[in-house]
Amino acid sequence: MSDLPLRSQLAVALGRTAAKMSRMAGRGDGSVIGGRVGLRLDPELLTRLAKDRKLVLVSATNGKTTTTRLITSAMTPLGEVATNAFGANMPTGHVSALASAPSARYGVLECDEKYVPMVLKETGANVVALMNLSRDQMDRAAEIWLLAGKWRRALEASPTSHVIANCDDPLVTWGASTAKSVTWVAAGQHWREDSWCCPECGGPLDRQDTDEDSDWRCRQCTFARPRPDWTLRGDTITAPDGRSYSLTGLSLPGRANRSNALIALAVVAQFGVPPEQALPLLSQVTSVAGRYTTVEHEGRSIRLLLSKNPAGWLEAFDVLQPAPGPVALSVNAQGPDGRDTSWLWDVDYRILRGRPVWVTGERRIDLAARLEAAEVSFTVVDDIDQAVMAVPPGHLDVIANYTAFQTIRTRYGRVV
Amino acid sequence: MSSDRIKIVWIYPDLLSTYGDQGNTIVLERRAALRGIPTETVHLRSDEPVPADGDIYLLGGGEDRPQILAAQRLRGDGGLARAVQSGAVVFAVCAGYQLLGHEFGGEEGQPVPGLGLLDIRSGRGEQRAVGEIVGDVAAELNVPRITGFENHQGVTHLGQNVRPFAKVVHGVGNGSGDGFEGAYSGRVLGTYMHGPALVRNPGLADLLLGWAVGSELQPLDNSWADRLREERLNAVLS
Repeated sequence: MSDLPLRSQLAVALGRTAAKMSRMAGRGDGSVIGGRVGLRLDPELLTRLAKDRKLVLVSATNGKTTTTRLITSAMTPLGEVATNAFGANMPTGHVSALASAPSARYGVLECDEKYVPMVLKETGANVVALMNLSRDQMDRAAEIWLLAGKWRRALEASPTSHVIANCDDPLVTWGASTAKSVTWVAAGQHWREDSWCCPECGGPLDRQDTDEDSDWRCRQCTFARPRPDWTLRGDTITAPDGRSYSLTGLSLPGRANRSNALIALAVVAQFGVPPEQALPLLSQVTSVAGRYTTVEHEGRSIRLLLSKNPAGWLEAFDVLQPAPGPVALSVNAQGPDGRDTSWLWDVDYRILRGRPVWVTGERRIDLAARLEAAEVSFTVVDDIDQAVMAVPPGHLDVIANYTAFQTIRTRYGRVV
Repeated sequence: MSSDRIKIVWIYPDLLSTYGDQGNTIVLERRAALRGIPTETVHLRSDEPVPADGDIYLLGGGEDRPQILAAQRLRGDGGLARAVQSGAVVFAVCAGYQLLGHEFGGEEGQPVPGLGLLDIRSGRGEQRAVGEIVGDVAAELNVPRITGFENHQGVTHLGQNVRPFAKVVHGVGNGSGDGFEGAYSGRVLGTYMHGPALVRNPGLADLLLGWAVGSELQPLDNSWADRLREERLNAVLS
């Protein structure tokens, strides 16, 4: 950091001041405004801050924040690690993360899918982890086929970057396959509605239909699932050297987090951290920015699950308490959520039949219409408190999309 | 309705199903079932032939490349055109709407031939239209004011042989300067209201079901979908 040009040092210092003022004003953690001020003063600040560090970029539709946290935790044996732990996943957030850890030789940066090409170009990241692509907030997000095409061009232009990619996701595989060197990780794919066609030629993909076997190949061209270096079966991981490890010690629940942990192990192995050293560090992660946290309130144990799109809801359903455990759902449609609620119709809610279900959020009527059509019984309430007080003391699972989740999280004391 | 049940064919969910399009099939099944009319739904993959005996065919939205693939396969198959000739109902949304026309804009804006089942031509506009849309439906269809969400960069020009589906009250719709949204001809109807347009507009769902059944449908009790429609209209127009 001391070898930064004077202008960049000034940019970093002013960015920090802005971030601090933003925090004092109670407007979040200040990383976006801090980075914005810094980049305004020195547009090449990200490149300068990335210089001489070993960086990992983590991108996907779902699981970016959690996997970034898992990788960061597993890299602690290497020394200080800079990271954007709170999901500020665009260049402004990356600048803040790197500027606030000037002596860190390592960095793990969660990266918005659209920004992968730009951030890769500016940082020349050593490792890029690509996990899954599915439909998400279509009113503002890029179309995913287009997005994967941009990844291809960016990786082709960055031959020194090593890619860790989920070969169970055909679109991710296609997006990663122009990279010079790739570790293929069979991290699973449960949401398949966006991958019935070959990304290469548009032909039909023939797929194995079990959760345990994700083999796929195009019926018309040669595009097929690469042979995986790392695999996951149930909660057992097999490393490239053939050794197996159990994930039963993970604190984060569900198969999606087993996939995230597998990706994290493959990433840190690239830096020389072996699975036996990394696994206990993964287990130390118990919640991520409020996700999976259980808060106690009025005798209820309320577990908070964040789900932003159909693939995410599928994974949230996977970790629910067994039926008839009660569930509260909350959906908003503000900017960060996507203003279009049509994705609710891509989620199969029938799995909630037979449970007490409470429905809230700014778009609770959309949710009510959806559940009515799925023949799920439910009660509409004005806010989460009404749902919490309506269930008997005990466990309550809450699934919410982005701003609805933040509202609930704040209501119960901004838990982490 | 050719048999004792309504046969719903959802065309190519592997290509055209970006915006909750499944909702339209669910709502048709449900509103038929509530009236005691059985339905049979076929989720037709793009490597399968289009059956000619469907009563209602649904086409959803999609990205540029899947849209082009869907148009190629449907042209090659020919089944949808035969079904239309024999009086089937077609409801098409967004990318599906565009590909029913003579041509539409591809990835680079290049013209791509469509199916020619609606006398419309679509191209790529300057700006993406994203947001809520409200429209007043052509009087002869007897459907109350519609509400939906649009997200497209298409501009659609209507020819002599189609009628505009609705007059835009809020939003963009066809974007060709005449203030119209969607188009229809006989029982083939297309719209930019994507995703579960039939969810938010029970009257429109009943129009399609009524066409398929060939007679007046009995009214249903108000549902959450009716409340959703009211809530959306209030939210957008207030």
